Amino acid sequence: MKEINQLSLHVKKVLPGCDIHKQFDELTVSIPSSGVINVLKKLKTNIQLQFNQLIDIAAVDFSEFPQKKFAGCRFAVIYHLLSTTKNHRIRVRAFINDNQFPSIETANEIFPNADWYEREAFDLFGVMFLNHPDLRRILTDYGFIGHPFRKDFPMIGNVEMRYDPAQKRVIYQPVTIEERNNVPRVTDDLGFRNG
Amino acid sequence: MAEIKNYTMNFGPQHPAAHGVLRLILELDGEVIQRADPHIGLLHRATEKLAENRTYIQSVPYMDRLDYVSMMMNEHAYVMTIEKMLDLKVPIRAQYIRVLFDEITRLLNHLLWLGCHALDVGAMTVFLYAFREREDLFDCYEAVSGARMHAAYYRPGGVYRDLPDQMPQYQNSRFSRPKEVKEVNKNREGSLLDFIDDFAQRFPNYIDEYETLLTDNRIWKQRTVGIGVVSPERAIELGFTGPMLRGSGIEWDLRKKQPYEVYDKLDFDIPVGVEGDCYDRYLVRMEEMRQSVSLIKQCTKWLRENSGPVMSDNQKYAPPKRQNMKEDMESMIHHFKLFTEGFHLPKGEAYAAVEHPKGEFGIYMVSDGANKPYRLKIRAPGFAHLASLDEMTRGHMISDLVAIIGTQDIVFGEIDR
Repeated sequence: MKEINQLSLHVKKVLPGCDIHKQFDELTVSIPSSGVINVLKKLKTNIQLQFNQLIDIAAVDFSEFPQKKFAGCRFAVIYHLLSTTKNHRIRVRAFINDNQFPSIETANEIFPNADWYEREAFDLFGVMFLNHPDLRRILTDYGFIGHPFRKDFPMIGNVEMRYDPAQKRVIYQPVTIEERNNVPRVTDDLGFRNG
Repeated sequence: MAEIKNYTMNFGPQHPAAHGVLRLILELDGEVIQRADPHIGLLHRATEKLAENRTYIQSVPYMDRLDYVSMMMNEHAYVMTIEKMLDLKVPIRAQYIRVLFDEITRLLNHLLWLGCHALDVGAMTVFLYAFREREDLFDCYEAVSGARMHAAYYRPGGVYRDLPDQMPQYQNSRFSRPKEVKEVNKNREGSLLDFIDDFAQRFPNYIDEYETLLTDNRIWKQRTVGIGVVSPERAIELGFTGPMLRGSGIEWDLRKKQPYEVYDKLDFDIPVGVEGDCYDRYLVRMEEMRQSVSLIKQCTKWLRENSGPVMSDNQKYAPPKRQNMKEDMESMIHHFKLFTEGFHLPKGEAYAAVEHPKGEFGIYMVSDGANKPYRLKIRAPGFAHLASLDEMTRGHMISDLVAIIGTQDIVFGEIDR
């Protein structure tokens, strides 16, 4: 607990004016997407922080988030950093302003392993990483259309694949299954929780 | 002189050395790899999206199917994230059981890795031995959870149930002789802990056997020494964790550095490599198995001496006892609520990671206060390792590629998610 407060102070000094949030013994720095390279560079090179390893990049689609506290930003890219020398972690959350064509600068220059993580975020969420050396789809099928982890992409998908005996080849067709949801999503706002 | 050009070759996805469904596009100059481009995603099941549409308890079995050779470790990271967000205290006995089964899982994983790695490189025998031992460990899984692989044994708040007092035994059948049945039941007379102790007693000798087959084996060394060398600085830059990082000589283990459960009360060492090649990573993993056996012994000793609950008594999150449900209205309501609506997590986000046999396996969860996660992101160690395959294989022969895939301990369940 003490360490996290100390780390929070250090981060405040290195990144003045940033929104630093503490929850569950974890530190989150929220920034606009334009400053992400600067912030990551500072976190990596600062002698007291030394966040030398990029653990993960996750994109989040906030379009159905009930609390509209992110100033209307639909997408955020979240970087998890770890310092193997100082033994602490931090999370950087970069909000992307443009909801139609989300784009953010690539972190490849600072952390070489950002390559595949960014390809994944591009594939599943459609976030464009500017100046990325090789921004291809990675997890979905060859020729896939759409970005499946966006909230407006249906759970069951849009197309299904089957072998067509008449044409003697594998074809794509619109899905024939129906979405099934046995447990409705219950949020706090509906008031079930304490009742 | 004839003009010789590079040519491109497809490797996998149905290649025995591809460890599942890895497809590689290799650009070759003769037999030397110039570029390797992994095409992944053939096992992509969108676990993260599925979890967004299920309650927290319903997603536990999905975690088993991520890295399907170290099942309980995946569950562990998942339930740890939930417990972190709920500030839910896990009873001490459940923590020891979790550590015990984490280490059993580590053995399971490393045995499969050892067998497959050796098989890829050409040593058939080790594979057969390793799978013989895996059988016993699967029996431990079966004894506690009823399932040999996909256990769903860890639950938010503890573990599903306490260790059984009687180890299940083989029954006589018309295909077996009673004498043989008696023979295989010899170490199954007592409790599960007796069985595990017996295994922990035998297992170091087995590791010695594997080492006799491999460690000083001339062919094994020719295939692994100096292959896929990664410097410590580069290993950190590439996002390596676990044995891949330790093989490069960096002493980093979440069990020691950021201890969870009861690892800070147990005594074990972290092996590290020197050269950062395939051989060093092999040695690191072999020593990790020995350390795991020691941890298993410490846990069984504690579990014999102490008893107690294995599930949190906070019934908002942990199911009530079956007996209470029959007599107590409150318990029945809790049970009904838990298995229909499920519990809610507070608004916010958290990340928790465990030292998975392959590296750091983490779960990042965003909650909007509902009974389902808003977003779940799985941090799979193999993803970062496979991303570096291009760099590690460049300039090596095709046969070395197989050794490097082996040393990375790739499992597609976690990479493709």
